[in-house]
Amino acid sequence: MMLGAGDPLLSGKIDLTVVLIVIGKTVAVFAFLLVAVMLYIWFMRKVIADMASRVGPDTAGPWGILQSLADGIKLFFKEQSVPDSADRRVFFLAPYISLMTAFLAFSIIPIGGQVSIAGHQTYLQLADLPIGILFLLAMSGLGLYGVMLAGWSSGSKYPLLGSVRASAQMLSYEAAFGLAIVGVLVQAGTLSTRAIVDKQAWTGVGSLGTWYVIPAFVAFVIFLISAIAETNHPPFDLVEAEQELVGGFHTEYTGIRFAIFYLAEFMNLITMSAIAVTLFLGGPAGPSLGFLSATGAVNTWLMPVFWFVAKVMVLLFGTVWLRASLPRLRYDQLMDLGWKWLIELAFIWVMVSGVIIVGRNEGWNLIAVVPLSLLGGLGILGVLRASMPNRSELVEEIL
Amino acid sequence: MTQFYRNYLAVAVFAVAALGMVGAMLGVGRLVRPNRPQPEKYIAYEAGSDPIRGFGQSNVRYYVYALLFVMFDVEAVFIFPWAINLEALGVSALISMIVFILVLTLGLVYAWRKGVLRWA
Amino acid sequence: MVTLVLFIAFAIIALVGALGVVISRNPVHSALWLVATLLSMAGFFILEGAYLVSAVQVIVYASAIVVLFLFVIMLLGVDREESLTDPLKVQRPVALMLGLVVFALLIGLMGNHWATGAQSATAALESGDGGNVERVAREIFTTYLWPFELTSALLVVAVVGGVALARRSRRAEAASEVAQ
Repeated sequence: MMLGAGDPLLSGKIDLTVVLIVIGKTVAVFAFLLVAVMLYIWFMRKVIADMASRVGPDTAGPWGILQSLADGIKLFFKEQSVPDSADRRVFFLAPYISLMTAFLAFSIIPIGGQVSIAGHQTYLQLADLPIGILFLLAMSGLGLYGVMLAGWSSGSKYPLLGSVRASAQMLSYEAAFGLAIVGVLVQAGTLSTRAIVDKQAWTGVGSLGTWYVIPAFVAFVIFLISAIAETNHPPFDLVEAEQELVGGFHTEYTGIRFAIFYLAEFMNLITMSAIAVTLFLGGPAGPSLGFLSATGAVNTWLMPVFWFVAKVMVLLFGTVWLRASLPRLRYDQLMDLGWKWLIELAFIWVMVSGVIIVGRNEGWNLIAVVPLSLLGGLGILGVLRASMPNRSELVEEIL
Repeated sequence: MTQFYRNYLAVAVFAVAALGMVGAMLGVGRLVRPNRPQPEKYIAYEAGSDPIRGFGQSNVRYYVYALLFVMFDVEAVFIFPWAINLEALGVSALISMIVFILVLTLGLVYAWRKGVLRWA
Repeated sequence: MVTLVLFIAFAIIALVGALGVVISRNPVHSALWLVATLLSMAGFFILEGAYLVSAVQVIVYASAIVVLFLFVIMLLGVDREESLTDPLKVQRPVALMLGLVVFALLIGLMGNHWATGAQSATAALESGDGGNVERVAREIFTTYLWPFELTSALLVVAVVGGVALARRSRRAEAASEVAQ
């Protein structure tokens, strides 16, 4: 069932055109990501300014739209300082790890549908890996090193504290994040991002029901929370809690190296939104323009990309809204949310959807079995929480 | 050479391009930025006071989280192939995964009960 | 041809990484070299068509396990170079001997199918019904069901051990606070 997967571009003979198409896609994805980050940072500042009744950036370009470009160019011209106490080789390595994993994670995202370039059929997607979603997990796992090593190699206390905090936070939510994805995969039955998107293809308004946001709503909520925590964005931005940690793990980084971490951070946010769109919101699926030819360039190229970008933008607006309205969590609240709520809820969700999938095949009475299994799961969780010792008992025991 | 493997080659092209791009950014930075060394610039930042040497120790709590993370990561390895193949595997796989997860939860519950997940 | 070139490239990375692990004085550098080796192993798995295992290699070994190592290193506060005096004098000769034994075993086993399995499992993974990952899943949840269940017990034992040790150090901390 997965044997047919993989980009049709790469299934035939590899000639110069194919290589050029791959290179073209690479350049396009780079451009897309960099422009998206620049616009997102501007958009974020502008929207937060509006929400706080300020003007926000308004000088560079119309409506200040070139502000982040100006900031970026400025950072190229800034002197670099490396602390004497730093471990220089690791200090120079860390920005590479951060930005490269951020770029690579995006390579499995289906941006558009299947198109024909110079006689070759291909997906508007850099690569359709057989283990697609696992590749994303692998990249976010490796991305941890960027943060950890940056803090450690600085040879300074604030960055070290920031990086240990950040990496503990990221790995705490990695478990809930993975389980939320499993909540979809149980229903989708494939790891390939292309196949997941195909299962949510647009065939009319009724196909909205096949978008996994509806049959896997709980997983969607868990996914969004843990994805924001994974990327260290508000209200989970404890990593750069200015009042306690100065700048977090990149305190000692200056100029362009600092810019690279900043870029990676926002790129990860965009990738997470894109993954959420792919898994839950149908990816590039959406109505095409009926009055134009179904095989014309507008409907095969433009509309799927338009829908993809539009959905990502809706989610990104949500992240800006969160940033503008929620205060930062405390560290213990953060850890409790991850370990004591999200993981358990994700487990229960996976089991209940497992029961649905198996039960449908076996002809069980789902109306009876599903609430029962849900109650069972929640019951176990309730007993667990009730049996946990309270604070004073614990302190006594430790002493 | 299967076609999946070629998809990995596309990722490899992307990785090389990403490497090149980070390198280019740092390279351009090196060309255009000023360099005026002063020893004060290279003191680690510690809110303005002179830094105190001898640090680099973190709390044992973080270790427990990392250990639990490894446990759930190994669990993820099994649950992903299980999830995409559940329909074909049927009831026995469903039950065995539920047992597996309940046993793993015991580990989490132990850590929880013993208070090492508490940020007191 | 491409496969051979990639194999050699990954092999070189793996060996250099392994040497780096041993030679580095700084434990964090050792851990990083270990990551390089583990990643090139993931590369080997891709060359063999074992896509699931390659992903597992990166997710579990190259990230989770080495991150655990790094947490331990930071916990111990090993900041710069380790002292090279050996607390257990017998360790070195024993390690050398065991190393030689393992090396001899490897050389001896290399040519034997009963130890390394068939020359390549790629054909078995790609043929038949269902994709690559599906076939692995079927094996785990039918033939190897009991080992799979036992894995969970093993993991829990590891966590219980870790928690017990962590508690002991916290209790000592709390006791010293009370004493003050």
